[in-house]
Amino acid sequence: MSPPADAPRVGVASDAVATGDVLLEVKDLVTHFTVGGGLFGGRAGIVRAVDGVSFTIRRGETLGLVGESGCGKTTTGRSILQLERPTSGRVIFEGRDLTTLDQTALRSVRRRMQVIFQDPYASLNPRMTVGQILAEPLAVHGLIAGATARRARVRDLLTRVGLLPQHADRYPHQMSGGQRQRVGIARALAVEPSLIVCDEPVSALDVSIQAQIINLLEDLQAELGLTYLFIAHDLAVVRHISDRVAVMYLGKIVEIADRREVYENPLHPYTSALLAAVPIPDPVLEERRERTVLSGEVPSPLNPPPGCVFHPRCPIAIDRCRGEIPPLREITPGHWAACLLA
Amino acid sequence: MAPLLEVRELQTHFQTRAGVVRAVDGVSWDVAEGETVALVGESGCGKSVSALSIMRLVAPPAGRIVGGQIFFKGRDLLTLGEEEMRRIRGREIGMIFQEPMTSLNPVLTIGRQLTEGLEIHLGMTTTQARDRAVEMLGMVGIPDPARRLSQYPHQFSGGMRQRMMIAMSLACNPPLVLADEPTTALDVTIQAQILELMKGLSRRLGAAMLIITHNLGVVARYADRVNVMYAGRIIERGTAREVYGNPSHPYTLGLLRSVPRLDEPRRARLAPIEGQPPDLTRLPAGCAFAPRCAFRVERCAVEVPPLAPIGATGHVSACWEAERLVKEHEPAR
Repeated sequence: MSPPADAPRVGVASDAVATGDVLLEVKDLVTHFTVGGGLFGGRAGIVRAVDGVSFTIRRGETLGLVGESGCGKTTTGRSILQLERPTSGRVIFEGRDLTTLDQTALRSVRRRMQVIFQDPYASLNPRMTVGQILAEPLAVHGLIAGATARRARVRDLLTRVGLLPQHADRYPHQMSGGQRQRVGIARALAVEPSLIVCDEPVSALDVSIQAQIINLLEDLQAELGLTYLFIAHDLAVVRHISDRVAVMYLGKIVEIADRREVYENPLHPYTSALLAAVPIPDPVLEERRERTVLSGEVPSPLNPPPGCVFHPRCPIAIDRCRGEIPPLREITPGHWAACLLA
Repeated sequence: MAPLLEVRELQTHFQTRAGVVRAVDGVSWDVAEGETVALVGESGCGKSVSALSIMRLVAPPAGRIVGGQIFFKGRDLLTLGEEEMRRIRGREIGMIFQEPMTSLNPVLTIGRQLTEGLEIHLGMTTTQARDRAVEMLGMVGIPDPARRLSQYPHQFSGGMRQRMMIAMSLACNPPLVLADEPTTALDVTIQAQILELMKGLSRRLGAAMLIITHNLGVVARYADRVNVMYAGRIIERGTAREVYGNPSHPYTLGLLRSVPRLDEPRRARLAPIEGQPPDLTRLPAGCAFAPRCAFRVERCAVEVPPLAPIGATGHVSACWEAERLVKEHEPAR
């Protein structure tokens, strides 16, 4: 379902257009995968990983994208970066629609758009030193000529992410998880991007290290004016780092609003259920807390339910929810929810 | 009354190329009948190796239990023969692992995996075991259990596999269940379902639980007592209320302060624990947490602090500066 062309831009904060220019606009993004029908002759099916997602991010802002595994949040990030080519929809970044660009044209755009992955160990080449890992993008993109100048820039990058110049000679396996994630961040910064897609950047790290990395990301944003799309499943971490938050369920955004609004005044029953499910590290509070456990499991994106995709698990669903797809509507200024009852 | 499980001065070491890793370095703790106890800590703190040691599943030759005793119902498990130990596993002590896909046999049906233990441990006939398996699957909330018995693990979702693991672990009605990160691989709404299920069933069946986790929220909701581990040792222990309400070790305090919380106003900045987790092959001579500790004094670098009582009964902390810490950090309530 795509809104009419003159519909207001979905998921824009109430004051967004007034206070900052839009860096990224995602419009009716759809990314489907075909599965089966291969060697073993299974029936082919379509996984609707991202099924009509729209939002904008303005310069210097952090948009949090939360949801459970399989909701399409990672595919959304990859589709924005054009690591997956979307089935339809538009990704307008710094004024250009990336879905229309070929690989050569994309290469120059990628310099402006970087990614930090969940598992720094799997995303760093084990046979390269940290210095080589950081110098490579500088050479590839022709940013800094000459090995000496590149070494100086590598030292600068290491210091910037809280590492020491001598870490340049280490291999990834000689570092701790937190240090490796710092290298991953330095690599993203090397090419001076304006947007960084952070895909679960702290979930593989120990609790005591997570806060270090979050503080670092915030410091870098303040210093360099970075814009983040912060993809994560940890609702407390997302609340901490985000200006606005989008909640995804089964390929769709079910709610998007300013951070405070989403957490203090959730309008979609799925958002409320997610918030209720997070255990709080305080036994006294936990004892008093009401237990509303969401029943059932997330349906398969191969065969999403008709009507509202959340209706089979929704505690307040009515008959209409089974047949009618709820559009993402602006319920209060800047607060959008896809629920007939909101 | 003696506790159901009592671990005394347990030491489990691993021989690695980098040197000896003292994964569990002389820890003592216990679980009373029907009680839920947590071992909390970050990766490498020794919490999982503690559970493996109890089941005697530490893989030789690299890993070895080099000292201590593990009393279960009064018998030291470390003195039992392999045959006797096999009778304990599953029958007397149930197990739930983090990743149900890798701990279930992919080529056996759900039914066979459930009935095998019942036939071996309880001597049930095929029919009896089948009936019991259907009952257990129903109890853990798997719909249409009789039909599900003939399916394979890959036909189950992650949440259903974990329900199946819980059914397996409780099938023989063991007095103790060890749950190693039972919900870490699951989504938050499924995690809540599984934890409620475990709590309800263990209450109903009277089983004691040892929950091993890094998640401070899970512990707060489900544990009666908490042991906090760091670098192979227990550094604080007490009731969940005491440990959360009145943390008495700088590491516990640091952990609790470093996580953003949904029940509190958003803070402008998080307060992390500085530094890196310790290299277990090169632990400092004194307190392993000292290099990262804000309360560090000279003594910490040379002398390992023992667990010493703090305030309420049973609340202990291994910190030379525990009293100063408690004085400076009044309980939140």
